[in-house]
Amino acid sequence: MTNKLLSVVDVSVSFGSGQKWKPVTSDVSFDIGHGETVAIVGESGSGKSVTALSIMRLLPERTTRISGRVEFDGRDLTAYSSAQMRDVRGNEIGMIFQEPMTSLNPTMSIGDQIGEVLVRHRGLSRARARKDVLELLARVKIPAAERRIDEYPHNFSGGMRQRVMIAMALACKPKLLIADEPTTALDVTIQNQILQLIKELQEEEKMAVMFITHDMGVVAETADRTVVMYNGRVVERGETSRIFFQSEEPYTKRLLAAVAPLDASRFKNRPVRYAEYGSDGSISRLEEEQADTVDGTSTPALSVENLTTRFVIRDKLFKRAVGKVHAVENVTFSIQPGETLSLVGESGCGKSTTGRSILQLVKPVSGTIRLFGRDLSNLSGADLRAERQSLQMVFQDPFASLNPRFTIEDALVEPMRCAGVDTVTALSKVPELLTLVGLNPEMANRYPHEFSGGQRQRICIARALSVSPKVIVADEAVSALDVSVKAQIVNLLLDLQQRLGLSYLFISHDMTVVERVSHRVAVMYLGEIVEIGPRAEVLGNPRHPYTRRLLSAVPIADPSRRGQRAAGGFHEIKNPIRDVDYVSPPREYQQVSDTHYVMAES
Amino acid sequence: MFSYAMRRFITTIPVLLGISVLVFLTLRVSSGDPAAILGGDAVTTEQIEAIRQQLGLGEPVWKQYLLWLSHALRGDFGVSYYYKMPVTQLILSRVEPTMVLAVLTLAVSILIAIPLGTAAALRAGSIADSLSTAVAVVGFSVPVFVVGYALIGLFSIKLGLTPVQGYHRLSDGALATLASTILPSLALATVYIGLLTRITRASVLEVLNADYVRTAKAKGLMPLPITIKHVLRNAAAPIVTVVAMGFASLISGVVVTESVFNIPGLGRLMVDAVLARDYPSVQAIILIFTVFYVLINLLADISYGILDPRVAS
Repeated sequence: MTNKLLSVVDVSVSFGSGQKWKPVTSDVSFDIGHGETVAIVGESGSGKSVTALSIMRLLPERTTRISGRVEFDGRDLTAYSSAQMRDVRGNEIGMIFQEPMTSLNPTMSIGDQIGEVLVRHRGLSRARARKDVLELLARVKIPAAERRIDEYPHNFSGGMRQRVMIAMALACKPKLLIADEPTTALDVTIQNQILQLIKELQEEEKMAVMFITHDMGVVAETADRTVVMYNGRVVERGETSRIFFQSEEPYTKRLLAAVAPLDASRFKNRPVRYAEYGSDGSISRLEEEQADTVDGTSTPALSVENLTTRFVIRDKLFKRAVGKVHAVENVTFSIQPGETLSLVGESGCGKSTTGRSILQLVKPVSGTIRLFGRDLSNLSGADLRAERQSLQMVFQDPFASLNPRFTIEDALVEPMRCAGVDTVTALSKVPELLTLVGLNPEMANRYPHEFSGGQRQRICIARALSVSPKVIVADEAVSALDVSVKAQIVNLLLDLQQRLGLSYLFISHDMTVVERVSHRVAVMYLGEIVEIGPRAEVLGNPRHPYTRRLLSAVPIADPSRRGQRAAGGFHEIKNPIRDVDYVSPPREYQQVSDTHYVMAES
Repeated sequence: MFSYAMRRFITTIPVLLGISVLVFLTLRVSSGDPAAILGGDAVTTEQIEAIRQQLGLGEPVWKQYLLWLSHALRGDFGVSYYYKMPVTQLILSRVEPTMVLAVLTLAVSILIAIPLGTAAALRAGSIADSLSTAVAVVGFSVPVFVVGYALIGLFSIKLGLTPVQGYHRLSDGALATLASTILPSLALATVYIGLLTRITRASVLEVLNADYVRTAKAKGLMPLPITIKHVLRNAAAPIVTVVAMGFASLISGVVVTESVFNIPGLGRLMVDAVLARDYPSVQAIILIFTVFYVLINLLADISYGILDPRVAS
């Protein structure tokens, strides 16, 4: 009893009102000891965040029912009144959330937001609290705290905001920190820094951490013990190493398979399918390397030469140009028919703008884009639309990229109609398209809201395929999906490449997926490609310092290798904003091997 | 923040100049002799000649405009031949009642609507919420003059608490002023209370679901500071917009209310001046109303910047 800080016993939560109550979690039980880190892992809808919010009693009271018992530090929190809970929250239990961009009040200075906690729980005056806030900012390593304390959240980057959140949660030295996907919205190098920071502070404060995540890599890096949740229930709990190496639970095994590092000795050059699982949880199809689809001899399906896209920043009053965002700078690459090139990098590196520039959705400043040798750059209007049919795009957010008022059939027919296909022919192609992406053709008359995220992404892929493209630009196409769904969609993309000989430009920040889908990988940093080459070489033998930094920041889903990673230095991602008359320095690339090039250091 | 306010201020200058050109032109483009039009119905030949001199009618139009503008900037809008006094003096004597009425109306609306709307949002879906919706709908459905006469009937005639009509100047004592304007203000305010309650409710409801409100709760803050510091400040922008629009359009509402309650304000002056075809007064009042409108919008813009630091940066 004494070594348990938090005991969650048979907690069930239902949402609803009146007579209709829908269970969200049932009989969730687990313990967290003093100073221990426990990961709650699961996919969206598994109830992990709801569990955390139910411990904090932050769910809307009128529409929520909670049963079961929550014991914290020997006291029964479920018996606490709202007023008593307020004294616990932010004081004895701190909490940080997923979205650093929206979790801070945009209209209050960060100093006031942190200080507020001290004023509330410690009864400090504002002036006294300010001193403590300065100390806290230094502890979470925000540089120039003295100056930044009066700034507002919009002046901070995502990683810095998450540091502010941490400072806020730790202000009163809580015994327990609940971290709800604290690094999910951050770039890997920043994620690495935040995880380290939490670990350091935890050791200093002897604080327990409840770490909610969907990422088994992060679990392997941080957790002493792990609770796996699925569909509102705890399916497994135990020591993290036991969960990783001895689990017999089919769901856990599936989660692990989705993040397992690729065995580089077995799979060298071609994309690798994820293993498939049957409904009983056993493997129904092993992971396997794809057959060779690359046509290395013909004209490249897509070739991009010296592509440069800049955005002009204008003065608000006189609309004078005051700077330029060098979003894409002198980018050159080509993709053969049947080949996948992954474009990787962190947010703001210009990878999405590259994709959009290729489709001429953003007008590039200069550069040529050739589709099977035909130059797209000088086309416009009808000519451009005709050429662009063989170049289609799949976007990140399957919820936002389908018109909610269009049935699936409408969504699939529209691009064909634009391409001049008559309605009858277009309609007749719909069942075929749906079957192609693994959906039931009878679903054609339904609306997007009736589908899950994974199904919607299948629909988006079917829509892109409707005009029989040769090249698909997939912009973070699987990033918003849960791990197991992600694996299915990646497999679908790989199968389609096999069947239709498609070329992919796969834009992603997710290295575990890139490892699987690519023939070649290009790494972008501040608008430029710093390294490009075959997947096994770039990932296995990175030459550019940025590539190394990026790869070393990716959490390894193997608890036995914890702590082996080099501690990442303190890097804020720079921005590509330059003066109006800035001239980009000339770049040279060194050839590492036959097709592996690295930007020479200037 | 200061540079933002200056920037906003500078952008209003071309707008103000544009308005002055339009007001100036209304008279020049109408058919007939501007001097005769300005003089009104009972004007003598000598007076027309005097007006012609004053307006510089022999000069090119741009010179006439500059002359007119320099007069206007110095507060000289000519003479009202109908009221037989300088327009500026006439308007000054009428500004006070209108301003008192507008400010009081606004104060009443804000004090009632914002707490009501916020409370409704906090208890969204409850009976109190539905009730506030009902009050709001009634508020902006019933015409001002109906509310006005109903209030007079109840408070002035039945209960005898307030004067039936008329206006007591501030120089006669603030209490008397308040007594004479409270009913017209309430009558005018019903519409704005309705509107503001709805806007406040919708805006607060949206902010209540924001992540940073959840953060504030996770910090263990008390409900009242959460509502004021975290919710209302972020919900303020649409509310400010409606208040500003409301304040500006109050002026048109004032025309009816001032008639019902027989208050000698700008609204009444406007109606009388139009009916009497007293062009110098009409011109000056239009200019004042539009300048007022622009200034209110400027204030609203600046307050967005104060409320939300992202706007000002």
